Amino acid sequence: MELYEYTVHELVEKLEKGEITSEQITKSYFDRIKEKDNKVKAYVSTLEESAMKKAKEIDEARKAGKPVSKFAGIPIGIKDNMCIEGTKTTCSSKMLENFVAPYNATVIEKLNKEDLVYLGKLNMDEFAMGSSTEHSAFFPTHNPWDLDRVPGGSSGGSAAAVASQMAPWALGSDTGGSIRQPASLCGVVGLKPTYGLVSRYGLVAFASSLDQIGPITKDVTDSALLLNLISGHDEKDSTSMEMEKKDYTLSLINDVKGMKIGLPKEYIGEGINAEVKQAILDVAKKYEELGATVEECSLDVGKYATAVYYIVACAEASSNLGRFDGIRYGYRTKNFDNLKDIYRNSRSEGFGPEVKRRIILGTYVLSSGYYDAYYKKAQKVRTVIKKGYDELFKKYDLLLTPTSPTTAFKLNEKTSNPLEMYLADICTVPVNIAGLPGMSVPCGLDSKGLPIGFLLIGKSFDEETIFRAAYTYEQNSNFRENKPTFKGGEN
Amino acid sequence: MSRDDYEVVIGLEVHCELSTKTKIFCSCSTEFGGEPNTHCCPICMAMPGTLPVLNEKVVEYAVRAGLATNCSIEKNSKNDRKNYFYPDSPKSYQISQFDKPLCYEGYVTIETENGEKQIRIERIHIEEDAGKLNHDEYGRGTFVDLNRAGVPLIEVVSKPDMRSSAEVEAYMRKLKSIFEYIGVSDCKMEQGSLRADVNVSVRKKGAKEFGTRTEMKNMNSFRNIVRAIDYEAERQIEELEKGNKILQESLRWDEISGRTFSMRDKEDAQDYRYFPEPDLVAIKLSEEYIENIRKSLPELPESRKRRYIEDYELTEKAANFVVASKYYSNLFEEATKVCNNPKTVGNMIMSDIARILNEREEEPDSLKFTGKELGELVSLIDKGTISSAIAKKVLEELFNEVKMPSKIIEEKGWIQISDEGAIKEVVMKILENNQQSIADYKAGKDKALGFLVGQAMKETRGKANPQLLNKLFLEELKK
Repeated sequence: MELYEYTVHELVEKLEKGEITSEQITKSYFDRIKEKDNKVKAYVSTLEESAMKKAKEIDEARKAGKPVSKFAGIPIGIKDNMCIEGTKTTCSSKMLENFVAPYNATVIEKLNKEDLVYLGKLNMDEFAMGSSTEHSAFFPTHNPWDLDRVPGGSSGGSAAAVASQMAPWALGSDTGGSIRQPASLCGVVGLKPTYGLVSRYGLVAFASSLDQIGPITKDVTDSALLLNLISGHDEKDSTSMEMEKKDYTLSLINDVKGMKIGLPKEYIGEGINAEVKQAILDVAKKYEELGATVEECSLDVGKYATAVYYIVACAEASSNLGRFDGIRYGYRTKNFDNLKDIYRNSRSEGFGPEVKRRIILGTYVLSSGYYDAYYKKAQKVRTVIKKGYDELFKKYDLLLTPTSPTTAFKLNEKTSNPLEMYLADICTVPVNIAGLPGMSVPCGLDSKGLPIGFLLIGKSFDEETIFRAAYTYEQNSNFRENKPTFKGGEN
Repeated sequence: MSRDDYEVVIGLEVHCELSTKTKIFCSCSTEFGGEPNTHCCPICMAMPGTLPVLNEKVVEYAVRAGLATNCSIEKNSKNDRKNYFYPDSPKSYQISQFDKPLCYEGYVTIETENGEKQIRIERIHIEEDAGKLNHDEYGRGTFVDLNRAGVPLIEVVSKPDMRSSAEVEAYMRKLKSIFEYIGVSDCKMEQGSLRADVNVSVRKKGAKEFGTRTEMKNMNSFRNIVRAIDYEAERQIEELEKGNKILQESLRWDEISGRTFSMRDKEDAQDYRYFPEPDLVAIKLSEEYIENIRKSLPELPESRKRRYIEDYELTEKAANFVVASKYYSNLFEEATKVCNNPKTVGNMIMSDIARILNEREEEPDSLKFTGKELGELVSLIDKGTISSAIAKKVLEELFNEVKMPSKIIEEKGWIQISDEGAIKEVVMKILENNQQSIADYKAGKDKALGFLVGQAMKETRGKANPQLLNKLFLEELKK
């Protein structure tokens, strides 16, 4: 068995026993990247030199008996919208193609403390806007289960890298489904933590009130381990929650007896692919067999979530992306005679069409005369959606829905129809609107051999129940016996 | 119609930089000056991914300012984004406050020709200052300096309650004085830490509706504010008299030509697209927090003035003068404690100290000596150790170097001569050399005595005790 095939908790065990070295692990991953990434194209940039150097240092320290973290020397891939000091952070945009971050994101500071090794920066939809990674300004990422299909997005590079074993685990970010949907389409585990659990400092903002960083992993155990490393209050992020640090591995318990799971009927009805629907019903059945009660319920207000999302997220994005003005850093047009031209041409040339679409939409909904009708109204509906969830959580410990209405779609299938692309997130978006935690767990393949994922939604700051239910499912199923085929890709 | 048929209406938006040590959303220094872009970090340079964290001192200072200007304090406040593109605004939005300012509905009292008048304050909100653009004198381009970006500001918005440039000056001086007293700002206008956007309109006296207003932005000296208002009011009246309409626009005051010019650089009306700042949480203030700040406020000028008149028997004029500046007022109180002669201390501040500062083109905040030195100086006059003429010279010395006055007069040999024998010698010598003056005096010209005393003072280089000198001359002249 190759080293890249292990989960992180398995690698940690082997490292501790002295059976393997960080250098071996890290090299194994770069070999794998060289073998597969020309087809998958998950990485925007790799950091082989610094990674190998770091791995060697850790091995020496460990050999010398110096105290090191148990994760020291474990490699990781990072979505290219998180700042690592001294390395390029492009957000897969021409705007930041040559931008070198002058500081570390808080999650990177936390991982540095544990001496993790960075394999590279992972591809994404430009500024995290999209559901297929086709909006990357550089190249689309391909789904390792079928190279003619998308890996989902916007963290498509992160999900595809973990699925194709080019990284043992990765960080993604999720504004409307950007961790969970690609995790589902690539057959890996993706967690969007509760808004405020992980610091956003150093994550290039898309929509401030929705963005959240989270783990994309091979299994549920690794997800808990990585969340342990990155969660916690950060004084640099006012929206991060002040609370006691939790150990999520304590929730890795193979038991769901007595757990109450709600199955909102709106997400197993119209618009959901029949095979996906059947897979979710099978998961429900499995949970019942394991001792949980699963009951159909209704989240009627969920139907407004996509509308609310595209108003709120675009409004915030239109303001957040104002700083990319060609003045201090990033792309500047060569074609200008005056200040207005610098702004107009730098932004016209530096941003891709999806980013521009959302900036225009966001600018519109905040404009004088439209603010009340759109932005203010959307905020009110947002409160209503939160209340809808609150009601359900009075009765249920968790909600169960599909993560994505379909399995991976073909490259270019939806690029010409933005509205259809937006519908790829209908199951995930309401969770961000309410700020709740959600995890996508793989639960099978459809008839085309493409992964299907289910989404567990928990109460605010109750990641524990999600971990417990997800872990129990995983222990009583065998999805990980399936491996991506890397078929297709001839065209 | 004539000028007198019109009334000028003025409202102010005063921007005041708070004197917190660090910026409003990061821990960079707020210090003025410094090489360009040295008081900066990824946050105030708006690097991608950075987030603001509100400096709690800024909230505290703003609440202090609000309480000191009789405002109500908003317990559920928040920050908002004001979006606009300009190179001095690195995020392309300014974090400010839109619909829930920290302080609202206050007032300050000013002195006018017709007595006291209240100027209402609509709101005080917190926001961040922008950076500065430096235009290269060799035409190599424009450079952005972000040292000032993120320096905390309060914006004090008045109601359109002022009716003359004199009232505006009094209002601004009052705000400056209050903010200095409560220690929230150094209010250095020459460094831009106190500046105003001035809104001016005119209307026929007795009219109920306001006229169309024009705005002059970023005015940062009393002199220019007064000149600009007077000019702009005249211009508007002239336009109206010609039957023209006033355009609502931003004007630029040019201090060299003494005129206002239309800025015309805004093609269309700005839409700032305000919305709540999602990177910051709501500002929730408890009653207790507000009350603690209220209790910690120092005594404000109004109360000090009353006390100076009642307890120290200062004239209203002197009291007004002393309380107008925290630095004067503190100097006055300290010195009075030392010498127990408030009248002389007050007069010295109002006449001599103010005059010397004026000559040196300095403000009261630059005074280096304290009440300890001034108090001793007044005591020395009271004890007859020096004359008030010498005291003025000692004061000049104090501006150059801070030393105890007793030490100065000792070093300079300025101790007053009160020995009768020694003075008599001088008197005799002067009389001998000025026979004509004796004759004049005897012929009824009282002025001659003054001349003789003056000569004696000259002879003793001001050290002779003036009372003694007078007495001895009179004795001799009457012989």
